[in-house]
Amino acid sequence: MNDLKAYLEKRDALRAKTVPRLTLFCCGGTSCLSSASDVIIELLRGKVEAHGLEADIDVKQVGCLRLCGEGPLIFVEPDDITYVQVQVEDVDDIFTQHILNKQTVERLLVTEPDGSWVSSYREMPFYKTQHRIALRNCGEIDPRDIGAYIARDGYHALALCLLEQTPEQVIETIKQSGLRGRGGGGFPTGLKWAYTAAVKSEEKYVICNADEGDPGAFMDRSIIEGDPHSLVEAMTIAAYAIGAKQGYIYIRAEYAISIEPLKLALDKAREHGFLGDNIFGTTFCFDIDIKLGAGAFVCGEETALIRSMEGHRGEPDKKPPFPSESGFRDKPTSVNNVETFVNVPAIILNGAAWFASYGTEKSKGTKVFALAGNIKNIGLVEVPMGTTFNEIIYEIGGGHPEGKEIKGVQIGGPSGGVITRDYFDTPIDYDSLTAIGAMMGSGGMIVMDEDTDMVEIAKFYLDFTQEESCGKCTPCRIGTKRLFEILERLTSMQGEPSDLDKLETLARNIQAASLCGLGQSAPNPVLSTMKYFREEYEAYAYRTKKTKYTIDPKKCIGCTKCARVCPVACIRGVVREVHIVEEAECIACGACYDACPVDAVLRP
Amino acid sequence: MKLIEKMIRCSINGITLDVEAGTTILQAAKKVGVDVPTLCHLDLHDIGIANQSANCRVCLVEDEKRHQLVPACAEKVVEGMAVQTDSLKAVMARRTSLELLLSNHPQDCLTCIKNLDCELQTLAHDMNIKEIHYPGEKMNHPLDLTSKGISKDSNKCIMCRRCITMCDEVQTVGILSPLKRGFDVVVATAFHLDMDQTSCTYCGQCVSVCPTAALAEMNDTPKVWRALNHPEKHVVVQIAPAVRVALAEEFGFPPGEISTGKIVAALKRLRFDTVVDTNFGADLTVIEEAHELVDRMENGGRLPMLTSCCPAWVQFIEHQFPELLDVPSSCKSPQQMVGTLIKSYYAEKRAIDPKKIVSVSVMPCLAKKAEAARDEFHQNGLRDVDYVITTRELARMIKEAAIDFKTLQEQPFDELLSDSTGAAAIFGTTGGVLEAAARTAYEMMTGKELKEVDFTAIRGLEGVREATIPMGERSLRIGIAHELGNARKLLEAIRDGKSHFDLIEIMACPGGCIGGGGQPYHHGRLDVIKARQEALYRLDATLPKRKSHQNEEVIQLYDVFLEKPGSHKAHQLLHTTYSAKTRI
Repeated sequence: MNDLKAYLEKRDALRAKTVPRLTLFCCGGTSCLSSASDVIIELLRGKVEAHGLEADIDVKQVGCLRLCGEGPLIFVEPDDITYVQVQVEDVDDIFTQHILNKQTVERLLVTEPDGSWVSSYREMPFYKTQHRIALRNCGEIDPRDIGAYIARDGYHALALCLLEQTPEQVIETIKQSGLRGRGGGGFPTGLKWAYTAAVKSEEKYVICNADEGDPGAFMDRSIIEGDPHSLVEAMTIAAYAIGAKQGYIYIRAEYAISIEPLKLALDKAREHGFLGDNIFGTTFCFDIDIKLGAGAFVCGEETALIRSMEGHRGEPDKKPPFPSESGFRDKPTSVNNVETFVNVPAIILNGAAWFASYGTEKSKGTKVFALAGNIKNIGLVEVPMGTTFNEIIYEIGGGHPEGKEIKGVQIGGPSGGVITRDYFDTPIDYDSLTAIGAMMGSGGMIVMDEDTDMVEIAKFYLDFTQEESCGKCTPCRIGTKRLFEILERLTSMQGEPSDLDKLETLARNIQAASLCGLGQSAPNPVLSTMKYFREEYEAYAYRTKKTKYTIDPKKCIGCTKCARVCPVACIRGVVREVHIVEEAECIACGACYDACPVDAVLRP
Repeated sequence: MKLIEKMIRCSINGITLDVEAGTTILQAAKKVGVDVPTLCHLDLHDIGIANQSANCRVCLVEDEKRHQLVPACAEKVVEGMAVQTDSLKAVMARRTSLELLLSNHPQDCLTCIKNLDCELQTLAHDMNIKEIHYPGEKMNHPLDLTSKGISKDSNKCIMCRRCITMCDEVQTVGILSPLKRGFDVVVATAFHLDMDQTSCTYCGQCVSVCPTAALAEMNDTPKVWRALNHPEKHVVVQIAPAVRVALAEEFGFPPGEISTGKIVAALKRLRFDTVVDTNFGADLTVIEEAHELVDRMENGGRLPMLTSCCPAWVQFIEHQFPELLDVPSSCKSPQQMVGTLIKSYYAEKRAIDPKKIVSVSVMPCLAKKAEAARDEFHQNGLRDVDYVITTRELARMIKEAAIDFKTLQEQPFDELLSDSTGAAAIFGTTGGVLEAAARTAYEMMTGKELKEVDFTAIRGLEGVREATIPMGERSLRIGIAHELGNARKLLEAIRDGKSHFDLIEIMACPGGCIGGGGQPYHHGRLDVIKARQEALYRLDATLPKRKSHQNEEVIQLYDVFLEKPGSHKAHQLLHTTYSAKTRI
């Protein structure tokens, strides 16, 4: 393909292929695979084959279908039926009842609290309110099929860039679009490319940071699994823009399931001439290699990532110099995150103005969040910047699964902060989050309900960061350990009121003194929970926090159920009389709470 | 034509100044008399050694425009930068960093080997740290006392990484690196191997730059005290060339003070039975080495020949270039030559049973401890050198014995094994061994008297130096390297057949033995090393005889004991062999 016409002909030919009678879009994302979706797909394909229906029925393994909490998911088109929580045992019913007899398997549909069924994802608020740019192909195509990608305008943007635009024009378009780094920092992507392009060097590099490390975040993984070609295309466009000949995708080795389709995508792209020498018949040559990381959280920091790629211990370096000036092998390097990259082809095809029409004044486009925690709909959510927490939590997320009150949302993973109900109407963008003491981070969003202990939450994140600290600089290496120790002291009721001041002072100094972003942001979970839930810290520090279960004598009916389940036998009482918990012996396991039929057991 | 660099205008604490591009905030601050504390930072600028990892966070200052703290040691000044070194934010951050380091430190200062010589301790004092607000768990790593030269106590490590800079970048030995993550990070050998299982050369440069006692010399003073107090032992001590220009620093003298006579007096007071001079061994080495060189040159032997006085360097070639073991001279080092002679020639002359003799040496070096313990160096089951103590250890013994070093009356060496020339004196500096060898080789090869003995062209502190010295009909092509990274370059050239030298001198430490791992701590001050070097050249210039072959006692030694240079007996006693070792 050496000109645009050839590309368009190829694309249109692929689009014109006959569509089978039924297509089953089966989720092949990591979480559905872990629930045996691969077995389900194999069984379905086997049955289709056994009945000689290959031309009629297409069982497609696609990327993440996003409502991960309900997986494995199967979308049946054009019947517009969405099956959830499909088990291996359900394969017979799906095949016989749906495929052969054309009847919906109602028990596999989403059930509403009133008992009614929702037959299609299109009717679900979770899907209706989302707007997809980064995830545009995710779940729509077989990631192993480059033809499917081309049919959806894949590599069209690359063709336009190489054949009709100068690198400067490409950078200008990205600048105009207002695209900012989705990995956390929010640095304008166009500007980063412009800086890297401006440095004169024979050797330059494009690096994709796919070292997604926040606990609970899986946006990048899902994109790579569901739409690897978008990443390949975007990196090639970036390489053209900045003048690089070689690109690398730095991905953690734990993402083994994502690496395989990615490798395949690179091979296919090379076969089709979208990578390699003289792409689209031009003089432009570019290739991409995969570098596997060992999974250190700090390697998501770009300078540490580069050190790791060079074969050194993954540790951040001081900036300046920035990688755009001196990065991989001391050459100008642009490091961008997966989600940032995959927006690029869409921007090139639809124009900067189109992209900039989504979002807020300073944060354009959409953002993908990994929604998890005490929330009904767990999964991937892509919404325009400026969407409020209320919309995400209550409309898309469906609120608390048991209707409890939601206390806060942790955004930005261990580097972020907690957002309380008072701020749930904040339009989410880079700057509004920073203004309320949180940060966008890469997009992990953990919802916490009224039962959540915020000091324990802070401790959880600190435990993570102090273990993941590379140990290079003092404040992060020893400081986060000391923060964790103070939190541990508090939660084990060994703390002192003076610990609160110590926590805060130490946290502020770690923020100010640490060498890289990991250390500078590590105290955020402590500071933000202290800011909004200080009374919880005080309850520990002044040792007024109730830590044991008790029984409300007014409610207790003396059924003895609690006493019978108590593993340490610390509940005293006889039948039909009020029971009491010997608090000194209680281990706060909560078994009595779950066993009580009349809600007489009170939580700490 | 050198372009005139544009000057950069900045301000430090409100004082405006212009500095050259590339200047760090620390350097700029010094110019206006503002002191910023540092800890991990190390800058031996002239010899290109710098540790700017910016990881201790003790030098943080505030960049007023960015409202950010930046490390003064590593952050370069940019146009219009305004720095506040004493803002509350900066001071608090610096104190917190230091307090955190102290919270994870054993704090056994009173009994620590580095007490009063520790940069962490000094800093805690200077920054007026009186309370540690964040006590908590401390590191708990086992001590590594497996090697002869270096003791490693990781619990005292503050992760400054100076040792790694020295071992990795300067010496290219690379046995130390950070392992693990977070609080558990420890600077260690690969797979936590014991030090003696690695390719450590024991050069001790890690010890030289360690701000605390995480890396220190193995303490051999108790063994020496035991020998001195043993009623039947006859204890003979030798002192190396570089010791006499450094030891006085430990007693408040300025660097470069020559205190040979006082050291001899102090050793006598410590009740060493005889004090001999390693410089005698240096002269002897020159004779044997020059003989070997002439032999190799005239009989088509392996060239270049490499000097073999530096045990760290010998260890280096055995581990790193086992295919080149025919290159170094087979001569033992001066320490080992003297050690051998103490238990043979000296014992014979003084009619003492060698079994009763304890041979001690005072060296500027930790590798000498390992050298003395090598398998090759014994006769009839007796070690040539029993114990090696460093310059620092001797200073500690003198202090321990409550000897007032300042007021000591100078004393001469004892009679045997003590005569020496100016050529021997300069063995302690880079270039010195080669210059001494050249003085003798010239006269051996040309048969003429060398009039101008100062080979000033090969002196200095440049990492690699080369010259061609005319020697009558032919000339001697020489190369000099100090620091093992520079040695590696020369060795690679030899291995690849690209070297055209006849004789190469290598010393492992910056500046040679004067910068050795056992010398008084220089605390990052290169002028200390330079002053010691100047003192050695001064000593050389003042001596009446300046060529090793003029050493009367050496001549006599050949006459009555060794027959002639390169004789069978000389080979038996004064030469050694090398063996390939695994690189780890």
